[in-house]
Amino acid sequence: MLQKIQHKDAKIAIEVLTKADHREVLGKGSSPSITKGTKMTYETSRRGFLTGAGATALGVSVLPFLKVLPASAAGSDVVVAVTGQTINSLDIHRSGTNRPSYQVAVNVYDRLVSFGTKTLEDGSLSYDYSVIEPEAAESWEFADDGMAIVFKLRPEGKFQDGSPITAADVKWSFDRAVSVGGFPTVQMKAGSLEKPEQFEVVDDFTFKINLLRKSKLTLPDLAVPVPMIINSKVALEHATEDDPWATEYLHKNPAGSGAFKVAAWKPGEQLVYERNDNWTSGPVPAVKRVVLREVPSPATRRALLERGDVNMSFNMPNKDAKELSSADDITVATTPVENAIYCLCPNLSFEPFKDKKVRQAIAWSVPYEDVFQTAAYGRGAPMWGGAGSSPEEIAWPQKFPYSTDLDKAKALLEEAGLGGGFEVPLSISLSQADWMEPTALLIQENLAKIGIKATIEKIPGANWRTASLVEKRLPLHLETFGGWLNYPCYYFFWAYLEGHLFNSSNYRNEEIETLTAETLHMSVEDPEYAPKIKRMIEIAWDEVPRIALWQPALNVGTREVAGYEYWFHRQLDVRGLKKA
Amino acid sequence: MTGRLATVGLRITHSIPVILGVVVVSFLLTRALPGDPAVYFAGPAADAASIAQIRTALGLDKPLPEQFLIYATDVLRGDFGQSISTGQPVSEDLANRLPASLELTLTALLLSCAIAIPIGVLAATRPGSAVDHLCRILVTAGVSLPTFFTGVVLIYVFYYLLGIAPSPLGRLDFIYIEPDHVTGFYLIDAAIAGDWETWLAALKQLVLPAVTLALFTLAPLARMTRAAMLSALSSDYIRTARASGLTDNKVLFTYAFRNALLPVITTLGMVFSFTLGANVLVEKVFAWPGIGSYAVEALVVSDYAAVQGFVLAMALLFVALNLIIDLTYSMIDPRIGFEAK
Repeated sequence: MLQKIQHKDAKIAIEVLTKADHREVLGKGSSPSITKGTKMTYETSRRGFLTGAGATALGVSVLPFLKVLPASAAGSDVVVAVTGQTINSLDIHRSGTNRPSYQVAVNVYDRLVSFGTKTLEDGSLSYDYSVIEPEAAESWEFADDGMAIVFKLRPEGKFQDGSPITAADVKWSFDRAVSVGGFPTVQMKAGSLEKPEQFEVVDDFTFKINLLRKSKLTLPDLAVPVPMIINSKVALEHATEDDPWATEYLHKNPAGSGAFKVAAWKPGEQLVYERNDNWTSGPVPAVKRVVLREVPSPATRRALLERGDVNMSFNMPNKDAKELSSADDITVATTPVENAIYCLCPNLSFEPFKDKKVRQAIAWSVPYEDVFQTAAYGRGAPMWGGAGSSPEEIAWPQKFPYSTDLDKAKALLEEAGLGGGFEVPLSISLSQADWMEPTALLIQENLAKIGIKATIEKIPGANWRTASLVEKRLPLHLETFGGWLNYPCYYFFWAYLEGHLFNSSNYRNEEIETLTAETLHMSVEDPEYAPKIKRMIEIAWDEVPRIALWQPALNVGTREVAGYEYWFHRQLDVRGLKKA
Repeated sequence: MTGRLATVGLRITHSIPVILGVVVVSFLLTRALPGDPAVYFAGPAADAASIAQIRTALGLDKPLPEQFLIYATDVLRGDFGQSISTGQPVSEDLANRLPASLELTLTALLLSCAIAIPIGVLAATRPGSAVDHLCRILVTAGVSLPTFFTGVVLIYVFYYLLGIAPSPLGRLDFIYIEPDHVTGFYLIDAAIAGDWETWLAALKQLVLPAVTLALFTLAPLARMTRAAMLSALSSDYIRTARASGLTDNKVLFTYAFRNALLPVITTLGMVFSFTLGANVLVEKVFAWPGIGSYAVEALVVSDYAAVQGFVLAMALLFVALNLIIDLTYSMIDPRIGFEAK
């Protein structure tokens, strides 16, 4: 793929470079001979590749390629970012695509709609869950009976190859998302988007979704990365009988209409975004190129940012975020991850935890403040010490009404008839040992004070999901669920309903089962919504199948770059970045 | 000469059972690993149905013997399968990453040989002298300093504090584009393309990780050279040679050193193969896209195809390496009858 892009670049290079530029770029006096002409241009484009080809301000931007200059000097329109994770596919719908790859769907593809932007208290930017904005669609309206949404696409909308974005492309893309199985299908289902028959092409620029049920989750679910719009003409050219959804092709060759194109991708090394100058679904981005380098070692990432050789370090460890937040040139945005809580989960399938009092005793025994400061370096939001046993508001997550009170914990254990204590393994995942290990050690220490002997059991990362979430066989363990759709009922749906994936406590409560089913699709404005949610939270607090520890945060360090925006998907959205 | 070629051919045929064994064992071992790739790759919110779907797509629902048959036929056709974690064919991944590891390891070994062997020889000829002590310090430090620590310290000093070294961003700084792929060794490829700027950039990137690894590999080599030289120098034939009035240089290099070289070569081979797979930490610290970190990441997510491909590639490499070492033996020491084996 790289080869192909280089050739394409070479072509552009021929168009924009004059002979003088050739010499300047190559830094050699001799003019290229005719026979070597193509080769030279090719070289030029490779060299000029990062700031060069097609650039209007070429004279300035070729300079960095004559000698090694730090990223800060790499031109005012190139941003260099580092991350510790690998992007393993350019297609979010493919099975096996990992989380860091979701950003490609965000930056390279458009959706019908997107979320707005808001400024948080600390001055950093975040997406705004309450505002749905047009992206590839210019407007939409609900049918009179509320059982369909009709989208008007932008008539000027163009894919990156210049062909128009039509309703047929949208339908093909949505059909694909609900048909390929795995994660995309599950995510579509969350918005009640389940089968291809729901999607209807009315005319070239009118697309209709027939709803299975009225649900507040449908529209927001269209703004998550999954329902991206793929250029179906390109994809279908590469579809085969065995591969009707062109997964092999789109895995390496994006066909979208988004603000950026993928200029180069080498898994394990880097991904280079190049601006789509003809983006039709929003204002053309300020930066021309974004180079995303993969650097596994956090220490190296930190050194690069501190030295100013990169503009951005995405998803920094809490420790570095804390220490760098006082640095002069570096801005650290620490955004609590919406709808996510790090929890301690007693499993109700195991004897002592069947008793609510035992679970409460554990909740009273956790050294919350120590855990928060040691394991999270104070980055995030405390989830303990709430007042009162019933919630004032429906915000989620909010502080649980527990704090560290060993006497209360002991008394509760006595009441439960377990004053003598018991033994239990406390399980953690080795792949999340950075926060789980200190947390578990501190909890273990306090549990010992109330007579519970916890032994820490470390489970390999590859096994963790199966053991904790699928088989749900860990008596006492740590858990981290966070929901993309920012509603309490959505969190409850995944984490408190029996048999649901993130309910690793095997919890079941009839009232919560009913209330969650009732509220999941209900409009937030519905007068019944708030009381029902408050009741659910009240039960969850009282019965504590999940003991909230803290709300985790996403740390992003930037330097000479503005416009970083937090998104629920916790991946880098490069569209709003600006060189400061 | 034809006799030697025939033996090489024979040795290669001898390695076939080894390779077959490796294919079987790596297949079985990856299956015995804890963890379920279908669950892992189905994503965080997957339900039972979508996990089953993934399992079918990966072919993991078939019985083991059938899976093995499919795998074996694919390998025979040169197809190592598709890595699920990188999303690329394993052969392509290996072709990309093996040269990166080899370039780093070979440079490091050249460097450490260039230091370790002279120091070892000097230490052996002057036991108890300053050189001997230096050798001892180097050996102790090399063994006791873990590579990731040396790596981080070197980055801290030469990149962070002094700013001499380029940013530790892998094989090339981001402003350079990799040279056209010929061998996969950037130094060689850039030289072939005549692109000396990229060559220099690649060399600069290589210096710190290579020094890190060299410090680590230096220890066994220096130790082995010293010990081998000591025993060679105290042997009868050296006494005879000296008694016959041969020059010091002749005694040292033609008689003692040549004899001492055999164990050093053996150690070198072992160190090489060990380092190639074990420099994961160096790769992580310097963001080096090598084969070690690839294998570890594949293991963590139970990416069967990638792990098997890695093990097989390493096995092939070992077979080749052993052959080369055996050939070198017979070159250094004519007494070793290669043909006889």
